[in-house]
Amino acid sequence: MKLGLVVDLDTCVGCHGCATACKQWNTSGTIGPLSDKDPYGRDPNGAWLNRIRTYEVDDSPNSKTVNMPMSCMHCDNAACVTVCPTGASYKREEDGIVLVDQDKCMGCNLCSWACPYGARELDPQQGTMKKCTLCVDRIYDEKLPEDERKPACVMTCPTKSRVFGDFDDPDSEVSQLVRERAGKQLMPELGYNPVNTYLPPRNKPVVETYDVSSVKNTVKKWVNKVIAR
Amino acid sequence: MHPAFSVLVFTVMSGAGYGLITLMVIAHMSGLAQLQDSSTLLSGGILAFLLISGGLLSSTLHLANPKNAWRSFSRFRTSWLSREAVFAVLFYPFLLLYLFGIYSQGTELNGFFQLMGTVAAILAMVTLFCTSMIYASLKTIRQWNSALTPMNYLALGLMSGSLLLAAVQGIVAGDLNGTLQNAALGLVVLGSVTKLIYLFWIGKPQGSTIQTATGFTQASVRLLDQGHTSNSFLNDEFGYTVEANKLLRLRGGMLLLAFVLPFILLMLNSAALTLIAALLAIGGLLVERWLFFAEARHVVRLYHGDQRT
Ligand code: SF4
Ligand code: SF4
Ligand code: SF4
Repeated sequence: MKLGLVVDLDTCVGCHGCATACKQWNTSGTIGPLSDKDPYGRDPNGAWLNRIRTYEVDDSPNSKTVNMPMSCMHCDNAACVTVCPTGASYKREEDGIVLVDQDKCMGCNLCSWACPYGARELDPQQGTMKKCTLCVDRIYDEKLPEDERKPACVMTCPTKSRVFGDFDDPDSEVSQLVRERAGKQLMPELGYNPVNTYLPPRNKPVVETYDVSSVKNTVKKWVNKVIAR
Repeated sequence: MHPAFSVLVFTVMSGAGYGLITLMVIAHMSGLAQLQDSSTLLSGGILAFLLISGGLLSSTLHLANPKNAWRSFSRFRTSWLSREAVFAVLFYPFLLLYLFGIYSQGTELNGFFQLMGTVAAILAMVTLFCTSMIYASLKTIRQWNSALTPMNYLALGLMSGSLLLAAVQGIVAGDLNGTLQNAALGLVVLGSVTKLIYLFWIGKPQGSTIQTATGFTQASVRLLDQGHTSNSFLNDEFGYTVEANKLLRLRGGMLLLAFVLPFILLMLNSAALTLIAALLAIGGLLVERWLFFAEARHVVRLYHGDQRT
């Protein structure tokens, strides 16, 4: 099994709902707490496992706003694991999830240096490394109803822009989406082979801008001109 | 990259200590006349011991959770940081036995103690190499991900070690030795050449861009919003930015302090000035290490709006 997420850049509206749901679930999950420094003060700073950035792609009139949520990509070739001196970081054989054993981490930051995607953040209170767990404490929880055995971010997304599944299974929803929508890996040239895949925005016609001319508008323009004098 | 002061001190001090002990063992074993003196050898050995131990202690200061530091010996097979920790500890018994041999037998060591000294010298270089590979192995930082990084660490460690060795010998014996002085001069030249090659090499644009980072490789991409209103761990650790003209001034100061001044002082043939040269070079190398971090740009900066690294 190779578990991971597909993120649809066409439909993501950048609401930050997934990041908030992630923080809420994981602060009391297996790697919790997810602490903040100075949370209500002037300069708050805390550990988040998922962040959303917004870009403008291409130039006007072809430009498009793209919201890009990023959490751990559970890379096939995860250098964050090999650089870890304590063995705290590991990748699970059975499903490819990359985790940090909070009891072993010494807070050296080296794994965060090795991660190209900014997926690892040091917990300012615990002094240990935190990262996306792919909600390992939800997806296998048999006490949850079957359709809720999904990551918190996937459950909460109002536009269903995040899809969870097994990339090794060619018939899974994620594999089909990647095939049909030409899913992309980020920064493939570094060779980490990230599992999470991004679906590029669909091509849409350029929005045309033109003057609406009607009798009413022409009269209005004339009146405005006269008044302006 | 944010330069952590404890890491700068660690790499410069332990580099000088490892360079010093390696060169001292080589000079001692090859029978250099001025080093066949146990008080010189013991002074050099103790200085190296203090520099290395001080450096290693300082390196633990940047750990956020040092109570787990003992676990860092456990991933020798994959992690350069783990290898560094293992070799750094393994080095100590050999160094101490070698120094004990000099203390008890004088400079004419028997085969066993000679072996201890040789192994200590080799482990010193291996440890320094492992330190440099921690940085050189990171594909995420193009300014580090190169064979020039280990070359710099080894050359600069040996250079500062050679200045210290010449100073210690000159002060203990009261008279500067020509061979050690020439070795130090040669290593200062070697160090400055490797550093200059490095500076030219990192100036060449290459590597990932904001296009490959976001996957939009056929259009321009601009950051509109980082998504948070105050700084995060990522900003603090990777967002460190210094103005270009300040970097240039610091580069100039570093080259002067670490290479040019020590070279001139060494030429003046005085033990006291050689000591000053060694101290200036170590100060210069602290600036060099600071720049090594400040000029390194991690690819995560592309997601925060940098167009290229
Ligand atoms: S995204 Fe970063 S933290 Fe996650 S597996 Fe890849 S390298 Fe490791
Ligand atoms: S911060 Fe923790 S998990 Fe990361 S490399 Fe260091 S010990 Fe390993
Ligand atoms: S899978 Fe879970 S831990 Fe990972 S980003 Fe989503 S909510 Fe957070």
